[in-house]
Amino acid sequence: MRTVAKEQDVDYGDDVVAVPLRHPWRWISGILASALLLSFIYSVVSAKSIQHDLVVKFLFDPRILQGAGVTVLVTIICMFIGTVLATLLAIMKLSVNPIQRWLATGFIEFFRGTPLLLQIVFWGYLGIIFPELFLGIPFTDIVFVSGETSDIIPAIVAGIIALSLNEAAYSAEIVRAGILAVDQGQTEAAKSLGMSSRYTMRRIVLPQAMRVIIPPMGNEFISMLKNTSLLQMIAVAELYTQASTISAANLAQIELLIVSGFWYLLMTTILGFPQRSLEKKYGRGFETVGGRAAPRVFKVGKR
Amino acid sequence: MTEVMVDARSVRKSYGAVEVLSGISLTVEQGEVLCIIGPSGSGKSTFLRCLNHLESINGGRIYVNGELMGYRQVGNVLHEMKPQEIAKARQGIGMVFQRFNLFPHLTALQNIIEAPIGVAGMNPEEAKALGLELLAQVGLEDKGEHYPSQLSGGQQQRVAIARALAMKPKLMLFDEPTSALDPELVGDVLDVMKNLAKAGMTMIVVTHEMGFAKEVADRVVFIDKGQIVEVGTPSQVLDNPQEARTKAFLNKVL
Repeated sequence: MRTVAKEQDVDYGDDVVAVPLRHPWRWISGILASALLLSFIYSVVSAKSIQHDLVVKFLFDPRILQGAGVTVLVTIICMFIGTVLATLLAIMKLSVNPIQRWLATGFIEFFRGTPLLLQIVFWGYLGIIFPELFLGIPFTDIVFVSGETSDIIPAIVAGIIALSLNEAAYSAEIVRAGILAVDQGQTEAAKSLGMSSRYTMRRIVLPQAMRVIIPPMGNEFISMLKNTSLLQMIAVAELYTQASTISAANLAQIELLIVSGFWYLLMTTILGFPQRSLEKKYGRGFETVGGRAAPRVFKVGKR
Repeated sequence: MTEVMVDARSVRKSYGAVEVLSGISLTVEQGEVLCIIGPSGSGKSTFLRCLNHLESINGGRIYVNGELMGYRQVGNVLHEMKPQEIAKARQGIGMVFQRFNLFPHLTALQNIIEAPIGVAGMNPEEAKALGLELLAQVGLEDKGEHYPSQLSGGQQQRVAIARALAMKPKLMLFDEPTSALDPELVGDVLDVMKNLAKAGMTMIVVTHEMGFAKEVADRVVFIDKGQIVEVGTPSQVLDNPQEARTKAFLNKVL
């Protein structure tokens, strides 16, 4: 008894200085993987068939830069339209109105169930199916505006329509999952304060859903940026189209693939930054340490 | 002559074939504190949620402050109210939940002023002043910038009370406000509620805190199986129950 009590009294201080456990396999596997990577890079760099000077020459070619600009522009426009439509579809799918639910479900099933490439080509060919478009009252002779389809919907607009609608179908499920992740008690509290359902959605539910929505939407953004290359099929002058037009003339296919690959990689990497700051913004009030909420005030001193 | 704040007449509520409330009639006068006690599943929380139309009722009528809740009566025909009308009616009724239900993405102060600004159209400066005043009233004047996740359960519940008070309600509903709290945090929340009662607020409190009921309530109602078993002053119901079911329940909890 006495010895136990004595041992508890001893002040050990910071005396746990133990010989660290060795981890040889961490080193071996790491070195092996690095060696593989280095040999691959070496074989690409040293390959006689690749004209490295051409890669450097076309990296900043004005056509390539312009194409990259179109790619970014189309991506941003499509993500914007897609996200707005997706939110609408998600709310429709959660609606009490069965017709709204069916319409939203049908839209989502249709656009998720057919290949994106097919949809893009379809919108590109719209002028063949409907040579003229008009705005008026159906089944009457009243027409407000009319014109040739190819004038109203040039290739880039067709491409934007195709990508936006497809995106809406995919992200509708992301938004819906985000909305469902918000606790039911939040809506009840909002109701009890006299908030309308629209106000509750906008100010209480959606801001909380954002936390769940943003990480998968970051993925969607990156997919969208890469999927714009499919617009080459309908001759929209984006990055991949420009690169393939150049390579069709100078036959330097591989070099121009490397050039466009470089730009795609650079753009997707840059896109990661706003995502992180958005995640931080909508994560406010949800910070946790070891599963429990961490007081923000105490965090400052920890750096 | 005191005015009637809540007038519930033969309120019935069922979920499918299960009847949760089988005809509850009850009036609460202005400034009165009414505690509802009863075993879990007795329908006491459901009754509370019917009072601000979070649940719709299947039978009977509920009048709050003289207005029929959730419906408009034209002759003998009831018409469902528009969502905006129900929202308007709810503004006069504050509610405090067992699990607080604070908005986690907003700070304590933002939680309190969201509805006054967004729903009641108060100007933000005025709302902020009101918010700080309410925070002081619940003893949390220095916690305005904290997010709910940085507050203890008791502090969160006090913010929730302040949030409900910010809409200047005439009636406050408390749904087991201390049931989710650690025992040492219950006292602070009950103190805030006692002060509110002293200030003349009409309150309906579903609770398991018999001490609070004894000290603060004007009347206690014992509900079991969707029916009122016994009503009376705290000393009548809690110290000298007449009904066997009340006695059995009190034996278990006291």
